[in-house]
Amino acid sequence: MAEIVSLAEAVERAIHDGDAVAMEGFTHLIPFAAGHEVIRQRRRDLTLIRMTPDLIYDQLIGAGCARKLVFSWGGNPGVGSLHRFRDAVEHSWPVPLEIEEHSHAGMANRYVAGASGLPFAVLRGYNGTDLYRLGTLNGGHGPVLAIEGPAIEGPTIKPITCPFTGETLTAVAAIRPDVAVIHAQRADRSGNVQLWGITGVQKEAVLASARSVVTVEEIVDQLDPRPGAVVLPGWTVSFVARVPGGAHPSYALGYSVRDNDYYVAWDAIARERGTFTRWLDEQVYGVPAGRL
Amino acid sequence: MTSQVSADQAVTYTADEMMTVSAARALRDGMTCFVGIGLPSSAANLARATHAPSLVLIYESGTIGAKPAQLPLSIGDGMLAETADAVVSVPEIFNYWLQPGRIDVGFLGAAQIDKFGNINTTAIGGDYRNPKVRLPGAGGAPEIAASCREVIVVVRQSHRSFVERVDFVTSVGYGSGPGDRERLGLTGAGPKKIITDLGVLEPDPETLEFTLTGLYPGVPASAAKERTGWDLAIAAEPEIIAAPAPAELDALRRFQGTRARSHQ
Repeated sequence: MAEIVSLAEAVERAIHDGDAVAMEGFTHLIPFAAGHEVIRQRRRDLTLIRMTPDLIYDQLIGAGCARKLVFSWGGNPGVGSLHRFRDAVEHSWPVPLEIEEHSHAGMANRYVAGASGLPFAVLRGYNGTDLYRLGTLNGGHGPVLAIEGPAIEGPTIKPITCPFTGETLTAVAAIRPDVAVIHAQRADRSGNVQLWGITGVQKEAVLASARSVVTVEEIVDQLDPRPGAVVLPGWTVSFVARVPGGAHPSYALGYSVRDNDYYVAWDAIARERGTFTRWLDEQVYGVPAGRL
Repeated sequence: MTSQVSADQAVTYTADEMMTVSAARALRDGMTCFVGIGLPSSAANLARATHAPSLVLIYESGTIGAKPAQLPLSIGDGMLAETADAVVSVPEIFNYWLQPGRIDVGFLGAAQIDKFGNINTTAIGGDYRNPKVRLPGAGGAPEIAASCREVIVVVRQSHRSFVERVDFVTSVGYGSGPGDRERLGLTGAGPKKIITDLGVLEPDPETLEFTLTGLYPGVPASAAKERTGWDLAIAAEPEIIAAPAPAELDALRRFQGTRARSHQ
């Protein structure tokens, strides 16, 4: 049964150095406050997993929390590049960042396999792409761009023959994070969690993970039904923390809209290491947990 | 006022506006369209606001039949969910909706594109693990390019972005030529148009190499050739594509105006 605790306690107890952590939210309900708490508690060597790493992963990467990123699209949505992510990939700053790269369809299916307790999922995908080459560790040289250096931990994409038709399909390895972190609109006092609108891959991420942290806009006496809502029963969740505005600057449908100025401003802040470090000191390390 | 541009009665518009209008015209009413954010989203929304009110917009965030009144800031925009016919999870949008080939057209952008319509949105130059430029990555594009019945690419044309071969194949067009899509088991027909800020390219029916088939008013074919990194073939008589009609420009500017205001 989910424990209702403070955000600081949830992060402290759920996320440890070296963990594989999936903070999900498909450009909606992004768990920014929880990410900042991970930075504040100075977690290190995390494998960060996320389909759409955006500002919060740029911040975690720039703060030196990650050693590896597993993802399918990394950018500042509607604005441009992630400069801290690029600095880590291109110049190993502040620490080298290993990347494991997929398509959205591949990542989504990897979570489905994890949530289903299966070692892999099957899809029609990747055929003919260089992502296939990366994922199968064929290495060598593609059309132009070389792939040098040591291989990642193991293949995550392999061809598979359909046992019924003989068709060749693509298998992708399951994702089983140590911890999933999501933001939802509401929970009740038993820790049942309800989220709605664009719900992305959050259900799969929580069910695929050994532990989970859910921040919520509010804790209510009773969760009245909502059309199209995802409900995660309290017994599937480890920790719930009440963090109003915990998805800021992203959207929380019914509560807040995207703070687009923040996304635009981030481009300039993240571009230089100095401005980023100052931002980190002032806006994360200098802010007590729960004051975001 | 007519849509004709003439010296004394000019409807002035930018190259980007012409490109977006041209891309919007490529969408027919009633089609289902898997929309990428950015230029493709502007064009798809313009089509819905003008000649294609029944166009079904599908975003990879899981919103099916979204009818946004303004241009969304991102695919997570609440107005996409609130105006959609259905909102589904991300695994579902890819597995149930895209993969079986239900969607008529995939509308994609590109950082690099080559003469066979292969798209790179991953990395440019150097080594994959130490690239000159790291781009956002694949997103939904590889499977959109594989499984939509056809694909339209909207991209500004430059010598750097239109290359002989892409540095990294993020999404497959025609691979290395005829027969490749079939050999790879890609179910959709592949890219049918590349719509740029100069004109329109379409695959040669024999070689599948992208050829210039349309130009915007006042754009010489030589400009398209100069801004292409391969030896661009030009159709015998490239179509001169009509300038934006006032109604098209008004609708586009209304959208962009609402987005600009929402930025403030």
